[in-house]
Amino acid sequence: MSHWPGTAVTITALVVAAWCLVEVARNRPPGRLQYAGLAVVEAVVLVHLAAAIVALAGGARPAEYGTFLGYLIAYVIVVPMGFLLARAEPTRWGSVIACVACLIDAVVVVRLNEVWSG
Amino acid sequence: MASAAASGGPGGAPAGGPGGPQRDRINRGPGRVLIGVYGLFALAATARAGFQLATKFHQAPLAYLLSALAGLIYIVATIGLSTANRAVAVACCSIELVGVLAVGTASLAYHSAFPDATVWSGYGQGYGFVPLVLPVLGLLWLWRTRRHEPAP
Repeated sequence: MSHWPGTAVTITALVVAAWCLVEVARNRPPGRLQYAGLAVVEAVVLVHLAAAIVALAGGARPAEYGTFLGYLIAYVIVVPMGFLLARAEPTRWGSVIACVACLIDAVVVVRLNEVWSG
Repeated sequence: MASAAASGGPGGAPAGGPGGPQRDRINRGPGRVLIGVYGLFALAATARAGFQLATKFHQAPLAYLLSALAGLIYIVATIGLSTANRAVAVACCSIELVGVLAVGTASLAYHSAFPDATVWSGYGQGYGFVPLVLPVLGLLWLWRTRRHEPAP
């Protein structure tokens, strides 16, 4: 499987995480732009998911199949979960939640690559 | 701790009463960040342990049962934090901290008893030591938001 979708997720997730951190430093909740950033991260995650599904459908098998599928599920739900929690927390801590959600997806990319190649 | 125990029922806090807003506070602010991370760990640890118990229980029964226990405690901790049930949250964070220290030490000392990793093996190093940091942060947060009640 190509590494590009995963790399794209890493880059966008880290950029949006850093941006949310700026809002934390400014003592502000996530604004429209940060939420748009979360949407972009999730969009790139879904592209990566589609690439993984295509690879699996084409007969490719990750070294740890079950673990890979588990991480894939976490991968897709983390940012929407973070979005809902951040919306419920309109303080700087909402920005922390958005930041953490992005960082978790950046880490999950690493794990997905690890369990794919074993 | 016991005196705080009775108070934090889900949704039971009178918003206007003395100590009311205070009572709710563990599921606000930093507490909401903890709820998110606990929720994710609850899902991940339980799903993983369930999968391992169902497919390869005999390879490492102790490790998988401990992982399932950890997952269960994460679930209860998530519920305790999000419903502002302080007693449940304190109990879960304490059990987790003891668990991660005990299992972490045991996994290093008795390596053969743990042929496969648990969430708490090596003090949670498979998960970036988050399982070790999380209960500490949880207890610090619960300590900071404690209510100053006169001793009974």
